[in-house]
This record gives sequence, structure tokens and C-alpha cells, in this order.
Amino acid sequence: MIRQTITIQGHIIDSLILAKVLDAIVMLGGSFTLSEVTVGTRREDTSHATILIEAPTTELLQEILKTIQPHGAVVETEEDCTVEAAPADGILPEDFYATSHLSTQIRWQGSWIDVHQPEMDLAIRLKTSPLFAQMVSMGSVKKGDLIVTGRKGVRVFPLERPKERDAFGFMEAQVSSERPHHHIIADVAKRMKAIQQQRKEGKRPGKVLFAGGPAIIHAGGREALAWIIEAGYIHVLFCGNALAAHDMEASLYGTSLGYNLGIGRSVPHGHEHHLRTINRVRALGSIQRAIESGLIKEGIMAACVRQGVQMVLAGTIRDDGPLPDVITDSIQAQEAMRAAIPGVELALLVASTLHAVATGNLLPASAPTVCVDINPAVPTKLSDRGSFQAVGLVMDSSSFLWELARELGWRG
Amino acid sequence: MSRLLMCPPDYFGIEYEINPWMRVSNQSNGDRARTQWKTLTQVLESEVGAKLEFMEPVPRLPDLVFTANAGVIHDGKAVPSQFRHPERQGEERYFIDWFTRKGYEVINLDPDIHFEGAGDLLGFPDFWIGGYRQRSDIRAYVQLSEIFQKEIMPVELVDQRFYHLDTCFCPLSGGELLYFPPCFDSYAQNVLATRIEQKKRFAVPSQEGERFACNAVCIERHVVLPTGCPETMAWLHKQGYTTHPVELDEFLKAGGSAKCLTLALD
Repeated sequence: MIRQTITIQGHIIDSLILAKVLDAIVMLGGSFTLSEVTVGTRREDTSHATILIEAPTTELLQEILKTIQPHGAVVETEEDCTVEAAPADGILPEDFYATSHLSTQIRWQGSWIDVHQPEMDLAIRLKTSPLFAQMVSMGSVKKGDLIVTGRKGVRVFPLERPKERDAFGFMEAQVSSERPHHHIIADVAKRMKAIQQQRKEGKRPGKVLFAGGPAIIHAGGREALAWIIEAGYIHVLFCGNALAAHDMEASLYGTSLGYNLGIGRSVPHGHEHHLRTINRVRALGSIQRAIESGLIKEGIMAACVRQGVQMVLAGTIRDDGPLPDVITDSIQAQEAMRAAIPGVELALLVASTLHAVATGNLLPASAPTVCVDINPAVPTKLSDRGSFQAVGLVMDSSSFLWELARELGWRG
Repeated sequence: MSRLLMCPPDYFGIEYEINPWMRVSNQSNGDRARTQWKTLTQVLESEVGAKLEFMEPVPRLPDLVFTANAGVIHDGKAVPSQFRHPERQGEERYFIDWFTRKGYEVINLDPDIHFEGAGDLLGFPDFWIGGYRQRSDIRAYVQLSEIFQKEIMPVELVDQRFYHLDTCFCPLSGGELLYFPPCFDSYAQNVLATRIEQKKRFAVPSQEGERFACNAVCIERHVVLPTGCPETMAWLHKQGYTTHPVELDEFLKAGGSAKCLTLALD
């Protein structure tokens, strides 16, 4: 497909000029995306539309442009992007282009090229031989890297509505505790089953990402999540020290932060359990060793190790221990999480403000995302920070996981 | 009192062909043209009560007589025309001189934009209509709506014989409209039908449309129009207008009539 962006301005709505231009594009065999429409608020205000035209051939595109130009369509001047060398390691040129998590292209030597790994709040690094553009974090930039600056020669594509007509198709950013959950959970399960099916058939190595907090263990969602992982529905796990520590604490002591999960009350010296757990795992050197040695027999960590789930544990300043697998340098942790993102086709962000927002920042807008939290502020915050594609679900994490596991076939 | 700008037809003639009406072989008669123009001024002054101002005619600028194409004037601002055809571009400086001498704030459009003044931009009090495709560029209306702070709806003119909006479209002081629908594309016809209710719109019959029935001057309840338009006049009478038919055939040879020969200054 050959693409060209045009703009049109004036009293284009009521005069039907915009309608005429769009009709002409379609009648001639092209298609269009209205990438931006600004409608004047007062009668005398003009409106403005940016239209991305697609045509199967260059000739047809030229014909379309020739037809619509007399109606005021102006071909957006296409220029190459500008690049500047990074002045030092970890420092971007002053006027660097700050990315969004939408699909992006840059124009280089007259051609538009895709920018790999869309992620918000990064910069674009261009390698000229072989030609390759990628979004990169500030910290990973090396002196002399070519970084895209300014705005010219950069174009961003609006998110296409997915073909599936499910909860993710509507991309409603509304967050409410008073909306029914069941159909959203059913849609999540359907997607998870489809991804698993594709993996089994070797069609596409799509991944389901799960980012969670320790409330999952405290609230009683451990068993359901462990089952979902054992059943092969999760392929990447992002969490912190606490989720792993309390999960293994539950395996060793039957408690979570000292509360007996069976009887629901604190037990004597229970507050020490997670420290003793962390200490024993540290002594073995890794979570994997703890599982393989038989110290930890069941639970979320055990399921992840058995299923070969890729785990990234990111530390925080309040961590006890931490467990040996926890990456304590937060920039290193971010890079490890980033490296696990390509291929994610569904992201579940459950009961963790920190991990939900951090993961949301890393995900491309094209990744269907659901954020589950008992606190409506979390999905709202996620959406306010730009992850507009996330479907918010205000509910207890344990209830969510139990219902999801049952939708996936759990009989527990 | 309404003020109009006119220019005596001392040098009027068919010296080139830039619209389908003009035939160098079908020359206008100078005496008849002067008589018809004089009659028009008399009707406008004594019957309609308009105040006329006159420009100096200039040799070798035969179309200077069509002052509707000088530009557009509103609220003390004048936006001069930027003609599409080189044959008329020589008129621009005389119109600009006149606007400047009369104390209007002259505002020019971007130099690469064609715009032919009140020939293509006509209005009702709350919105204006701009003809495009034949002479004026649609892009002119973006700038004009900013300059005058007006809603301007561009309409596409599709018949080469009706190359300016004022040849097929005449808004009246009571909000009614005389127009010749085949001159507009279907989108424009829809827009006009949406904006102006049916009982206020009069689609002039073909025979009268082709005699430039719409190239009329409306001042308060008076309408000055070319002769030979009985159905249009009858409709106007029903709406309570007084009509003043004037023989202007010599100017029709150049593709103009009553409205083309005047520019509203208020």
C-alpha cells in the first residue's frame, strides 16, 4: 500500500467539502484514515482534518491527489527526519523526538521505515547500515548513536480497531466498579485460549504477560493463578520481591505475611515467615534451585519454573532480602522487562500499582491490556499515563483469578 | 444608504476570450454599452437610492468595468482580487490604489492563491458562500474567514458559463436566495438546501438563468436585474420586492450583468 498524508482546512464540515474529499478517495479506489479532526467551536472558526490516504499503486495515489487538491487538500510536505548524534552515553540530543506507544515510521532518504518496538517516552535510534530504527530508552543510548530530533519526517499511526469484537475492541477507558465483569473475563479467557492454541499449532509465538502484586497471595488468588500457569496460559511474569516471597512463604508455612491462609488469622511469629523463606531461598542461590531442590513444592513460583515461564522480578526500596532473582537496579530491571515485551499479545496487570504502571509504560498500544485492581485509581492512573488501550476492571484480584481460571477450565 | 463602486465603460470591449460568453468576433457596441451602463447608474441612484462612487477607467483594461471583481470589502477591510487569468491581472493595482486612497485597510491573500472578489464571495448576514474551482481557489476562503471572522462555506461551480458565484447565486436582503442549481455540484446543492429553507429559495428557470437573472443587485427591498426574466420578477414581487429590469445585453457579451458592474462598499 502506498500512503500519503494530506491536510484540509476551512469550513469543511457543514459545506460537505470533507465528505466530498473522502468520497472521492473511496470512489477512486483508495482508502483513508482520518488521523486528526479538529472542529471549530464557533461558527466562524475553521476546522482542520489530517487524512492518511492509502492506495494500492503510486499511479492511483497520484490520481486521487490530483482529484482532491482543487477541493483544498494539501499534500503534507514530506521530508526526511533529522538525526543528531548522542553527545554522551545516556544523554540524548537536546531536541530528541519523544515517542508514543503507537506504531511509528520515520522517513529516511526518501523512504518510510518502521520503528521497531513501539513504547512511550523513549527516543528513536537510527542505524544506517543496515537500515534499522528502534525506540530506545535514554539510559541505553551510547555516545554517537544517531537519534531522531524534531518532529519532521516522523509519522504515527492511529490504533486500528481490532477485528475481534470483544471487550478489547471498544477500548473503553471508562473505569467503574459498577460495570459487569463477567463478559470481560470471558473475553480475556477466550484470548488466552486462542494464544495457547496458536502456540500449540506453532503458528505464532504470541505471549500472555502477567504482572502482579502480593495482594494476589494475601487475598487468596494464589491457587487459581498457579493453576492458570500450570495449564500453560501465562508465558511471562513480571512481579516484585513480595509476590514471590509470599507465594513461597505460603508453600513453606501456609501463611502470607504471617496470616494463615487456611484459617484466615495471624499465627504466632508469622511475621517472620517471609524473612525465613527469603533467607532459605537465598541460601540455595535462586528460585529455580528452591523448586528443583524440592524446598518449594507448589504455588505460583513452582508453576512458573515447571512451565518455563520467563520471570522478571524487579526490586524496590522496601524489599526484605531480597530474593536472589530480584534485579535491584531499577534501570536494569526495566531493560529486562523491556526485552520480554516483544510478542506479548495480551497483558494482565493485576493488583499492583507499581508493576501495572511500569508494564503499561513498556507495552505498545497494540497489545490488548486488562488492568485489575480493587482500587479504581490504578486503572485510571494507567490510562491517565497514556495506556489508553487498557481495559480497567475494578474488582478483587482473587475473585478475578478464580473466575478466570474457571473460564479456562479449572474445576478447583 | 448603500454605497456601490462602479467604473464607466469607456474602454469596455471584447478584447480577449476568458469565458464561454466572450467572442472577439461578437464585439460589443460601445455606444450601446455606455447607454446601458448609464441607465443602470440612473436606476440605482434615483429609483433604488444607492450612492454611487466611480473609478477612473483605464485603457487596455476592458473588464475594469466589472467592479464586483475588485475584491471584497467588509468592516473597513478590503481584500483585493488576485485574478486567475493574466488578461485581468493588470486591474489589480488600480483596485488596490482605489481601496488605499479611500482609507480601507488593504489585506492581501497569499500570492499563490487566486481569488476574484465579490464575484465569488457573497453573503447572508450570518454566513457567506464562496464559489471555487472556476476562478477562485478554495484555499482563499480559509484566509478570508480568518480575516473577516465569518463562516464561509465553499461551493463548487461546475458550469464554465457560470464561472463566478455571482452569475448563478444572488442572496437577497430578506434572507431569500435566487440561484441557478445546475451550476453547483450535488454537495453544494445539498448545502444550499440545508441552509436556506425551500420557500426562501427560488431556482431560476434555465432561460432566465442563462440571461443572468441571478446577476442582480439587491438593495433593501429593491432588485435590479437584467431584462428578460419575467418568472424571476414574478417570484420577487410575491416576496414583496420591487424589481428594476435594465437592458444590459452588451455586457452579457463579456459574461457580466448588473451585479458584475457594481461592488458593494458597506
